[in-house]
Amino acid sequence: MEARTQDGVVLTLDHVTIKFGGLVAVNDFSLDIRKGELVGLIGPNGAGKTTVFNIITGQYSPTSGRVIFEGQDITGWRPDLIAAIGIARTFQNVRLFTGLTVLDNVLVSQHLRLKSSFLSAAFQLPGYVQEDRDARERGMALLERVGLADLAREQAGSLPYGQQRRLEIARALATRPRLLLLDEPAAGMNPEETTQLMKFICRVRDDFNLTIFLIEHDMRLVMGICERIRVIDYGVSIAEGTPQEIQSNPRVIAAYLGEEEK
Amino acid sequence: MERRRLHLVLTLALIVVLFLALWWADTHLGEFPLRVARTGAIYVVAAVAYNLVNGVTGQFSLGPNGFMALGGYTTALLILPLQQKQFVWFLEPLMWPFNSFSFPGYLFGLAVLLGGVVGAIGALLVGIPSFRLRGDYLAIATFGFGEIIFVLANNLIRLTNGPLGMKGIPEYANVYWCFGAAVLATLVVSNIANSSYGRAMKAIRDDEIAAEAMGVNVFRTKMLAFVTSGFFGGVAGGLLVSLITTISPTLFTFGMTFNLLIIIVLGGLGSITGSVVTGLGFAVVSELLRVVEAPIDIGSLHIPGVPGMRMVVFSILLVLLMIFYRRGLFGQFELSWDWVLSVLRVTRGVREWKRERKTESS
Repeated sequence: MEARTQDGVVLTLDHVTIKFGGLVAVNDFSLDIRKGELVGLIGPNGAGKTTVFNIITGQYSPTSGRVIFEGQDITGWRPDLIAAIGIARTFQNVRLFTGLTVLDNVLVSQHLRLKSSFLSAAFQLPGYVQEDRDARERGMALLERVGLADLAREQAGSLPYGQQRRLEIARALATRPRLLLLDEPAAGMNPEETTQLMKFICRVRDDFNLTIFLIEHDMRLVMGICERIRVIDYGVSIAEGTPQEIQSNPRVIAAYLGEEEK
Repeated sequence: MERRRLHLVLTLALIVVLFLALWWADTHLGEFPLRVARTGAIYVVAAVAYNLVNGVTGQFSLGPNGFMALGGYTTALLILPLQQKQFVWFLEPLMWPFNSFSFPGYLFGLAVLLGGVVGAIGALLVGIPSFRLRGDYLAIATFGFGEIIFVLANNLIRLTNGPLGMKGIPEYANVYWCFGAAVLATLVVSNIANSSYGRAMKAIRDDEIAAEAMGVNVFRTKMLAFVTSGFFGGVAGGLLVSLITTISPTLFTFGMTFNLLIIIVLGGLGSITGSVVTGLGFAVVSELLRVVEAPIDIGSLHIPGVPGMRMVVFSILLVLLMIFYRRGLFGQFELSWDWVLSVLRVTRGVREWKRERKTESS
């Protein structure tokens, strides 16, 4: 039994702590995410949610604790190696390659799989040309699947906001991840767009066989699609459970609304 | 793919036409215009390579003069005839092995290539520590590199002959060599910029953190751009010393980097087309502007000739450009066969439409 549950775990955060000078941004944070799960991470502003993401994706190295992905300790790895091993992310503030086309944004994410050498690209040798053609076909196929194929030649920076968010997810998918981290995917969206996004996230998880870990402030989205929710406040986990459990948890209510004075 | 083959044929045809034009120019034009053209071609080599780092990858380097110096000295040491070497190093002897051989004319290509290799090695050595830095710090580190090369060139007398430099370098760099190198540099750099590696470079320019998160090895990608630019910088330096037949440390001061910076900013950072056009244009305009350095008499007003006045004009031009047209002449536009063909198709379409209208009305 023990071994089987271990097998199902995709990501483990093992007592992760990170300090910036005197500030403990994340304190003794542990979490297991199982294959195919859709887990939400919520908490008030400044609770350390994005910091948790930055630790997983290697932007920050934790002061102590370990990050384990599919049984491999990836603590302190470079971000590009973590992307290569199968973890992709989006950013809280959209960070597209604004000067590149929509297709090129997706193609950048395929660069890590490129086998041809720099020289064969510089001289356009047949091996590289073939590989580039395949990458373009895959990129277009991906854009088809996320509904951005018509915009493939547009500059990414010129897309409307909702489409930019969608492209950012597509770009993350192009690295062919097994774990996808979404940092506030619904930020700045209206209710209609959020509803579409919820469907989109669920569809992407099923289509691409993903495990998803997301940060979100929009409670409708979190409660609507997450199977399990973790709440942190001041860098400390304060609750975990199903959406129903979280909604009625007094500590969570206190963290969001403040405690009643007695 | 049909299109790719068509583009290849068109490119080859254009190169053949260019070299026929060069052959005509070589046999019909005088020494002076050819000299300007050769200088322009060398600027193209250096500027296109410099643009790969500053424009495409978005890393503000100020070191191309250093790479050109490395290539220039390497090529000069390889092709300077032995007799001339003995004549030049009269205070202290030239160090081994350069005092024992000299490349004959038919090995000029190899000498230039080795100049490029030394430039690339220089870029590798400078890049490893420098690319731990970003933005202004990178600019300062690479600027420091250029200055170090300058100081070394002044003081390694047994290798460089110090401030006196070398004279009598054979003038092998004819139009074919210079334009051949320009075509090669342009093709290779634009291939890189349009390849998967180039997309990774542009991704770093647009958002380094996102590029890294999408699996781009940022350090390696920056190094590839930098070493490529070091290589072609070295090639440009080698051609330049053979064009002007002398070399001294002052040839590769920061002024050279400044010229290249004007060229790539004027042309549009990141636009290879822009670097080619302004690189050639810069050589021509610098010659035309010699007028402003000559003494001028306007009525009773006498303005004595001021050497260096051309650079003032260029600097003013750069300031105006930064204020009114920050993206440069070409922005990030690239001339491509797709673009040319689509323009031709449109003009042909318009012509046919006009013809149809005429036949209808008559």
